[in-house]
Amino acid sequence: MSSQKRVKYSQAQKRTSQVSNSYQTNLLAGEEKEDLNDSKHSLKHGQDNPAEDYGHADDQGEDALQIAVRYFEKGPVKTSQSKDKILEKHLKTVENVAWKNGLAPEGIDILLNVALSGKFGSAVNTRILKCMIPTTLISEDSVVKAVSWLCVGKCSGSTKVLFYRWLVAMFDFIDHKDQINLLYGFFFASLQDDALVSKNWTTSCIDQMGMQPHLQALLSLYKFFAPTLISVSLPARKKIYFKNSENLWKTALFAVRQRNHGPPPEPLKLMLDPAQVRPVKRKWNSYSVIPALNSSSCSKECGKKGMTLSDYLSSNGSFPLEQLKSFPQLLQNIHCLELPSQMGAVLNNSLLLHYINCVKDESILLRLYHWLSQTLQEECIWYKMNNYEHGKEFTNFLDTIIRAECFLQEGFYSCETFLYKSLPLWDGFCCRSQFLQLVSWIPFSNFSEMKPLVFDHLGQLFFTSTIYFKCSVFQSLKELLQNWLLWLSTDIHMKPVMNSPLETTLGGSMNSVSELIHYVGWLSTTAMRLENNSTFLLHFILDFYEKVCDIYINYNLPLVVLFPPGIFYSALLSLDSSILNQLCYIMHRYRNNLTAAKKNELVQKTKSEFNFSSKTYQEFNHYLTAMVGCLWTSKPFQKGLYINPEVLEKAGIAEYKNSLNLVYHPALLSYAVSFLLQEWPEGRTVNVSSIRGKKWNWYLDYLFSEGLQGLKLFIRSSIHHSSVP
Amino acid sequence: MDSYDTPESTPRHSASSRLKDYFIGATPLQKRLESVRKQTSFIPTPPRRKIPQCSQLQEDNDPQKVAFLLNKQWTLYSLTPLYKFSYTNLKEYSRLLSAFIAAEKQKGLAVEVGEDFNIKVTFSTLLGMKGTQRDPEAFLVQILSKSQLPSENREHKVLWTGWFCCIFGDSLLETVSEDFTCVPLFLANGAETNTAIVGTWFQKTFDCYFSPLAINAFNLSWMAAMWTACKMDQYMAATEFLWSVPCSPQSLDISYAIHPEDAKALWDSVHKTPGEVTQEEVDLFMDCLYSHFHRHFKIHLSATRLVRVSTSVASAHTDGKIKILCHKYLIGVLAYLTELAIFQID
Repeated sequence: MSSQKRVKYSQAQKRTSQVSNSYQTNLLAGEEKEDLNDSKHSLKHGQDNPAEDYGHADDQGEDALQIAVRYFEKGPVKTSQSKDKILEKHLKTVENVAWKNGLAPEGIDILLNVALSGKFGSAVNTRILKCMIPTTLISEDSVVKAVSWLCVGKCSGSTKVLFYRWLVAMFDFIDHKDQINLLYGFFFASLQDDALVSKNWTTSCIDQMGMQPHLQALLSLYKFFAPTLISVSLPARKKIYFKNSENLWKTALFAVRQRNHGPPPEPLKLMLDPAQVRPVKRKWNSYSVIPALNSSSCSKECGKKGMTLSDYLSSNGSFPLEQLKSFPQLLQNIHCLELPSQMGAVLNNSLLLHYINCVKDESILLRLYHWLSQTLQEECIWYKMNNYEHGKEFTNFLDTIIRAECFLQEGFYSCETFLYKSLPLWDGFCCRSQFLQLVSWIPFSNFSEMKPLVFDHLGQLFFTSTIYFKCSVFQSLKELLQNWLLWLSTDIHMKPVMNSPLETTLGGSMNSVSELIHYVGWLSTTAMRLENNSTFLLHFILDFYEKVCDIYINYNLPLVVLFPPGIFYSALLSLDSSILNQLCYIMHRYRNNLTAAKKNELVQKTKSEFNFSSKTYQEFNHYLTAMVGCLWTSKPFQKGLYINPEVLEKAGIAEYKNSLNLVYHPALLSYAVSFLLQEWPEGRTVNVSSIRGKKWNWYLDYLFSEGLQGLKLFIRSSIHHSSVP
Repeated sequence: MDSYDTPESTPRHSASSRLKDYFIGATPLQKRLESVRKQTSFIPTPPRRKIPQCSQLQEDNDPQKVAFLLNKQWTLYSLTPLYKFSYTNLKEYSRLLSAFIAAEKQKGLAVEVGEDFNIKVTFSTLLGMKGTQRDPEAFLVQILSKSQLPSENREHKVLWTGWFCCIFGDSLLETVSEDFTCVPLFLANGAETNTAIVGTWFQKTFDCYFSPLAINAFNLSWMAAMWTACKMDQYMAATEFLWSVPCSPQSLDISYAIHPEDAKALWDSVHKTPGEVTQEEVDLFMDCLYSHFHRHFKIHLSATRLVRVSTSVASAHTDGKIKILCHKYLIGVLAYLTELAIFQID
């Protein structure tokens, strides 16, 4: 017994005692003093000492109900002379309390067991069952236990029937129904077994049992939702199956409720008007944004005629979603899988996500599209000026979508259209992380068409927001690029090249990607200016270009786009060694990609459409020359850049030529000093200009050992070692 | 929404077939996406709409049913296409929906089925309620109470009514496959709880989605202009506008009623293109009203929010409530509402 249940029990007991002071005061005296633990204790204690209990059954200090319950739990006492008398007395006690105040879940648990275990006679069982009226709830376990007694066959048919009727009447009081839902098969089998309903749902049961109203009710309910399964003709005329007068428990339930909770403000019928029970909810009848997973609605099934019970029961038909638990199951049943009645439910089910990922049925995707578009729009807290209270819910919803997108490695079209609609209204703050992730999952499409829809709006926010926002945008643009590249690289190998009507050729696709890269180039140049060449920002920008420089080799796509000068020179002149290192790495990868492309061009002359223009090579060579000139040969900016010597003189750096080489470069000078201190710790002065010749090579090894791997790759690939300065 | 991009004067079917050619081989989903893109990306060339013409109801309509729809206040919803809805199963749907309603209303009590619960649900088509032949048939759902007395009075009381329609819905019809039925506009009259139950049932059964359809001030101005432009034999009500000024502690409402003939005269003075309404004309019409008001009360109505428009044709509230008064222009009013609904579900 969980502590929670115990609390309920004791509360119920207390309530019992409070409202019944005009009734059985002698039996209940002193009960109010009992607290939770005491009552529990005394119950246990009683079990240990049965003799005491039976001997002093009418002990005023004890709860008569508890004694009675214990009595029934123990079973009939064979030796007792006045057996029937005691039994009758306890039964009366239980009945009185139950009909008046109802029973706590524990009481019901015990007594239900007693009634179905067949310890007592059928008449007693019937009386016990009839007074199983809950004060609050009925625990699901109790019902499951009770059902298990039915299997043992200890109780008579009439008791079973009564139990079923009780179960139907009390159904709404059961606290959970998961376990019970699993028992339906058993219920119907059991009913069949008892010839309550015969094998082919025919009239024989009615012959044997007569058309009992409650049976008719069950059958008609069944017929309602699965008309093909029940061939019995049931009177279509008005009929009250569970008549109020006939329903043993209904009035009792009402009375108990009224006594325990005070009279309802209005008659019961009115109280059940949905207007009072459910105040207008933001969401119709659903407690979560994403619909629950249900197999296709039965309405589709009932359209199909000629379906028999055996068809239905044999699994020739479709495979119910509720049973889908593992990937192998999915594979075995993929041809006959029942689809959810509301496609939105797939978001919470990874197996079904697998399914919709490979299914070619357009209507499945359309259903998901419509549902997701509308839900996003309705739930979005800024799009419809919704209440900001629901912000958390919306964030969670977006997280679920993003998880699904990551799982599928593909964006949803609905999210794309949602971005179109909501981005112009976004404040750049609300759900920022989620929103930017949605951007990175925009499905591949024509960039110039998308620019006014997404990127122009994003740009406005970008320029007016903090550096952290800018960094996040670069991060998500990097992911967007990566997603597009992955999609294109796999798609190209699966002919036909593209199933989007927007881009029909590889050239068109490459154009779109290159436009994205150029857009980011423009964005990053401007951002660097706005943020005073922030190193932090530059890291994010270079991360983007780490993807860009490797497109040809990593994704096997014919595209090389270089970074704009604003980024290149900012990185080259950066004070931060890790930026310089990253730049070197990127230059090294550009070189490898361009070399590979050149090689391919020479090999296959046919694929001329994707030859890179000589401009790309020229641009790269220009950057390379600048880098080698600065870092290695100490002849910086010999081409294309002229600085008036007077200006340099004024600035006090007339001798500037070597001031950007590996030793003097502001990002590396500290390395040079450390190198000297480490190698010649006894040296009196630190003279960095001494790093040349052999020392230069040692210095290089030192730099590499300090983790400047990008520099190492760059120097190994781009500089011939004959030219050590 | 096509009508934003293409002049209304182009016959609809030719516009759609052009679209079709463009998208040969394209899937419905791609068409859908393309339509959204188009709609969001291009600032529409100043839109033009037809002035609603005299009764465009198809001849096979049921006058009694049409009359039933008039003079009632309807709450508007947009609705995504219904999956596997079939007009041949309406009887079946009545049965299932009434069972569902009974179950919903009985929540918290022991099971009771059958006639103990005194309601009945009916589905019926609204013949002739369409703009073009391609539009799917409109249909009506009603919840009726059954009188408990088995007396001669067999008239059932209508507890709740809702109807679904699609008037000139080509732009939506283009973008779905045949498994779907497009009735993007849903109108409900009756307790909101019933709307919720019926809506929930539809959502569960046909995998669709209902969203409340609000009408913003921009669209209300359009309605004001289009409805003022309608030729009326006889005016039933004054033309009235309601503006709301958000101020504390209580918002201030400004009501502005004009004699309908004066409104029509004003419209005629700003109206140039015969048979059509343009954005320019709408703006001009509203500006004239504003300046007139300002001259008298020194209040700039353009700085407030238009929340309601009532004319002899229909009246509409920004909350998404509408009352159609004039039988003649029923289809015209619904066509614009369908357009707004499609815009919302795009």
